[in-house]
Amino acid sequence: MSRSELHVLWVAAVLASATTSVALAKDYGLGRPATPAEIAEWDIDVRPDGQGLPRGRGSVAEGQVLYDEQCASCHGTFGEGGPHMALAGGVGSLKTATPMRTIGSKLNYATTLFDYIYRAMPFHAPKSLTIDQTYAVSAYVLHLNDILPADAVLDQDSLPKVVMPNRDGYTRDHGMGSVNGKPDVHNTLCMKSCEKTVEITSQLPPGFTEQVYGDVSKHFRRYSAFPGAGEAGGSASAQEKSAGGKSQGLQLAQQHGCMACHGLANRIVGPGFSEIAARYQGQADARTMLMDKLVKGGAGNWGAVPMPPQTAVPETDRQLLVEWILRGVPE
Amino acid sequence: MKDKQPKPGRIIPVPENFLSPADISRRRALKALLAGSAAAVSGAAFSGDESGGKLGVPPWSKSLGKPVGANPYGLPSEFERHVIRRESPGLTTSPHSSVVFTPLQNLFGIITPNGLHFERDHGGRPDIDPSQHRLMINGLVRQPKIYTMDDLLRFPSVSRIHFIECGANTAMEWANVSVPTVQYTHGMLSCAEWTGVMLSTLLDDCGFDRKRAKYILAEGADAPSLTRTVPIEMALDDVMVAYGQNGEMLRPENGYPLRLLVPGVQGVSSVKWLRRIEVGDQPWNTREESLHYSDLMPDGMSRQYTWIQECKSVITSPSGGQKLLDKGYYQITGLAWSGRGRIKRVDVSTDGGRNWRTAELQDPILPKALTRFRIDWHWNGEPALLQSRAVDETGYVQPKMRQLREVRGTRSIYHNNAIQTWKVDPSGDVHNVQV
Ligand code: HEC
Ligand code: HEC
Repeated sequence: MSRSELHVLWVAAVLASATTSVALAKDYGLGRPATPAEIAEWDIDVRPDGQGLPRGRGSVAEGQVLYDEQCASCHGTFGEGGPHMALAGGVGSLKTATPMRTIGSKLNYATTLFDYIYRAMPFHAPKSLTIDQTYAVSAYVLHLNDILPADAVLDQDSLPKVVMPNRDGYTRDHGMGSVNGKPDVHNTLCMKSCEKTVEITSQLPPGFTEQVYGDVSKHFRRYSAFPGAGEAGGSASAQEKSAGGKSQGLQLAQQHGCMACHGLANRIVGPGFSEIAARYQGQADARTMLMDKLVKGGAGNWGAVPMPPQTAVPETDRQLLVEWILRGVPE
Repeated sequence: MKDKQPKPGRIIPVPENFLSPADISRRRALKALLAGSAAAVSGAAFSGDESGGKLGVPPWSKSLGKPVGANPYGLPSEFERHVIRRESPGLTTSPHSSVVFTPLQNLFGIITPNGLHFERDHGGRPDIDPSQHRLMINGLVRQPKIYTMDDLLRFPSVSRIHFIECGANTAMEWANVSVPTVQYTHGMLSCAEWTGVMLSTLLDDCGFDRKRAKYILAEGADAPSLTRTVPIEMALDDVMVAYGQNGEMLRPENGYPLRLLVPGVQGVSSVKWLRRIEVGDQPWNTREESLHYSDLMPDGMSRQYTWIQECKSVITSPSGGQKLLDKGYYQITGLAWSGRGRIKRVDVSTDGGRNWRTAELQDPILPKALTRFRIDWHWNGEPALLQSRAVDETGYVQPKMRQLREVRGTRSIYHNNAIQTWKVDPSGDVHNVQV
């Protein structure tokens, strides 16, 4: 065979193998079939139409026993919240300035409650509940929300039929469902004299950063072109713990008469401050909501007695007070 | 001694600028004591320098350093100890369902170092042995399958740079200013080069039902086995099953050994510690897409499946908590990004949005990735309000806080992509404000 003949053969061989590898590209021969038993073990999700619900049953009464044992310590005896979030209450609050998002007020499908409890609760021992226990405790949580009567029993057929108060409270009519969606808020590309007036509408009260975040100047590089503010200028204020070693929050609360109606822990006319802290812990918008409540006052979250608007208290003090309350009123 | 402290608005000449105020006042006190003495010890940066020069010869130039390879896995200099992720005090009730924020104020370029990528877990961070980790794909597929990590590493791989931003980034700022620095206003944001298998490759490998498939469900192997629905168009477009992060395996905090990566979509969709993908024809309405990660509107309705992170930007330097030492030249720099594609342009204002100038964009400008912008600024010592405004390739212009509130109110928690304002005081102190 001549050299050029050899070369031709070699090229042909390479082409052939290239073609084979293209043909094989879709069949990688990787992975193995999942067995039905394996799928059953892991596929625990439940859809709003009930698909995925396992066969089983549980009653409100059984759920109560379980709840008191395994859930109440974190979520409160009546689901009102405790060290962790409330599971009940707040129905009708979503439209208001102080929305409370709970199973009763916000969740649209009871199937989601079952799905979540079965995979994730109790928090420290997830996937420890049996199917029947999950039906029972779901039923009890729904009962705590006045959605199911005391004698109710839930199973794979009845659970998807439970109508949650906020069933129709969701919309997909918005632009954030796909890359090509239409935005709902529009700005323009103005370059010159765009605003007639520029007014600062919000800033942190003096002392707030130190109280909550400590010395943030330490969060910056000392040798950078912009060292932290504390580096060159000295700390803005050391006013936190002043006279008598009382916290700034407690002083403000006494100064502004909050303690007439609120105990640190105990209820007077309004709830104890630490009760408030417990209820709203972990709610990202609690600060906003409480700031609003202090301006508007009102009743309903803790009982029928209203709180008068606290507008005589300067806004910066209100912000420090809310922060102090949410941090569990450190004395 | 008060007047010995460096004053705001005045630069301390080199080398003093490299020392802490305490060092400086100590040295000045010493200098006063030694005034008149011929040995100008206090004038030298390093003790032992007799030359009277300003620089001296530092100890590290007079002795051997550490042996090569002293750190088999390299760590940042000990002088960078303050460059860390941080929790925002009081934000969450459990250290296991919480978040640590990326220190954007300390970072350069667009890539977040792996140890500083923000971390948001819903039930703690598992330590998973990759040899025991499995990915299951089931649902509307011809052949439900199980893959080992070995299998996944053998599939054709891709590497892409994308940001991940939590849907709740900037959530604390909807109604008013509530946090001091860019770490807390915008630090649920990071960007990395991710390596893995395209999800479409795996879905094809299982023969998914092209006609009926409308959504997939992604599920984690962590304690709460977090689940999220992803629409099939996205799943087939640019969604990855990732194992690599900036050249190494994922960090445990970011899903080791396997995570989903849904570019441009709120971070919770990029399910960490990914153990299962199910193909279906309806969304699942999981807890993390009904009770949470849905946007409450003023009329009480919640917008659901708000996946996309719209165009946004922030100045990272100068930013809240920093201080300008003197009038004069500064480079304003920051980050811009869009869940809908590339950044087209960023404008910067130093007068609270009255007038704008267009900033320079640093290459590469990639879709659904952070883009670094920069612009020169001469500060005249007067109060200034710094803002940045990004535009993406769809022409969408990042909105003002006021414009967002007009439509969405202040209670929606998620998707706050408003223009951020930093106020520069005449003292040089920079503060978070809203206008
Ligand atoms: C050790 C404390 C603890 C215990 C015990 C506990 N939980 Fe929870 N629960 C939590 C935490 C923390 C969360 C929030 C998790 C997160 O942030 O993702 C939560 C969330 C929930 C939610 C979701 C609420 C919402 O609005 O998102 C439900 C429902 C729930 N728990 C039910 C239960 C039930 C039922 C039990 C008893 C079987 C239980 N929990 C036991 C701590 C606990
Ligand atoms: C005249 C009595 C009174 C005074 C004074 C008062 N409060 Fe209240 N406060 C109440 C009552 C009653 C409630 C419960 C309102 C409700 O059920 O919604 C309440 C509720 C609250 C709440 C919880 C709001 C909610 O929505 O759950 C906070 C926070 C609060 N008060 C803070 C303060 C602070 C801070 C001050 C002082 C500046 C103060 N209060 C002064 C009576 C008072």
